[in-house]
Amino acid sequence: MEYLSILFSETYKILFLLLPVLVSVAMIVWLDRRIWAFVQKRKGPNVVGPFGLLQSLADALKYIFKEIIIPASSNKIIFILAPVVTMTLALVAWVVIPFSEDFVLADINVGILYIFAISSLGVYGIIMGGWASNSKYPFLGSIRSAAQMVSYEVSIGVIIINVLLCVGSLNLSDIVLAQEKIWFVVPLFPMFVIFFISALAETNRPPFDLPEAEAELVSGYQTEYSGMMYAMFWLGEYANILLMCALGSILFLGGWLSPLDIFPFTIIPDPLWLIIKILFLFVLFALVKAIVPRYRYDQLMRLGWKVFLPISLIWVVLTSGYLMYFDLLPKN
Amino acid sequence: MKISRFLKTVFMLDFLRGLIIAIKEMFKPKKTINYPFEKGKISPRFRGEHALRRYPNGEERCIACKLCEAVCPAQAITIESSEREDGSRKTTRYDIDMLKCIYCGLCEESCPVDAIVQGPNFEFATETREELYYTKEKLLENGDRWESVLAANIKADNPHR
Repeated sequence: MEYLSILFSETYKILFLLLPVLVSVAMIVWLDRRIWAFVQKRKGPNVVGPFGLLQSLADALKYIFKEIIIPASSNKIIFILAPVVTMTLALVAWVVIPFSEDFVLADINVGILYIFAISSLGVYGIIMGGWASNSKYPFLGSIRSAAQMVSYEVSIGVIIINVLLCVGSLNLSDIVLAQEKIWFVVPLFPMFVIFFISALAETNRPPFDLPEAEAELVSGYQTEYSGMMYAMFWLGEYANILLMCALGSILFLGGWLSPLDIFPFTIIPDPLWLIIKILFLFVLFALVKAIVPRYRYDQLMRLGWKVFLPISLIWVVLTSGYLMYFDLLPKN
Repeated sequence: MKISRFLKTVFMLDFLRGLIIAIKEMFKPKKTINYPFEKGKISPRFRGEHALRRYPNGEERCIACKLCEAVCPAQAITIESSEREDGSRKTTRYDIDMLKCIYCGLCEESCPVDAIVQGPNFEFATETREELYYTKEKLLENGDRWESVLAANIKADNPHR
């Protein structure tokens, strides 16, 4: 009986996190399309609902009613599993994101490692989808995606080390609380920029959307997918983007903290600050999508391995040297 | 030269400039036309849905010379003709397969009496293929419906022919 009540209360909590995330994913797709359209002097989706806000809902409804086509030569189990894996992994990582000091589903001590592990697993969904489709475009797309995500994960890892050096804890709430004096975006600004660009590559966003470069690969690993399975890939992708934005705002923009601890800022509740920061980063994501042309594959690899990795490694040395020299290392 | 390029890359000046331009563009008026409610302007030469015209007294213009049938590159036009009681040659059948038609306008150009024309209407989508096999009746009905526009268009385009 007690077990059941725990189960129910936990399920309730999870739904309380999951549903807003899913709804905001739908809204963020709309926002993305709107911003993209506005930069190109178009209007974007503006028919369904007020300002076209319900466009994603209409799209989702359409996807649900569409036929799911499974290619005859595909590996059916893996083919069906791939979008499920992608979406589950994108949503599962949200569990450790702290929306305020006591509003976090799982306040685990290795939160950042957990997110890192989950986002590394995320590439499996794409590889599985590309491999199981048994067709050339998805296969090439998934191979590109794997190489890209692995490369950029390395530099993201090193960037995170920079932040962790300043915090001294892997707990995401502690990381936010360590920024009470100054957000890490100020002392670690180059790292923030590199993190942002790596996050673009990590989530297969333009200008690093090589895995689904429509001009050459139709739509990469999603080519053979249709109906709800395609929508799940889509949802997973945008949930991942949101997660990266959330991670960026927690690591560098002070999470739920307000920029100044004075009157007009303190009136806004903590979770809202995090949401505002996530939205700010997402608008940047969307703007970048609108203005930057797609990278060539070798340029992508050069940027990842020859530019970002050395710079972030050097910055680790600089940060640790600075902290050692001025005896600022966090002690606990 | 090289140093300035290096600095440009490191500080992402090109990217920042692009970002500023993008943000400026966002607030400019939109070029989009709200299609079903607003429509773009159409030239008098627009080659849309076909129509068969009549003379003001109600007589069909078409004399069944079959030039349009001969010139049609997609072979979408089928004409059969016979002599009417008053001795004039008229069509008994004038079919256009709108699915075959490539809207090149050659039929309109070849017609010696301006009978077959392509009007300004481009919104004739149907739910079945059968509805797009146009017969003589349908084409004449189109002609009657669009006559004022068609006559005006032919007149407007006349000096350039």
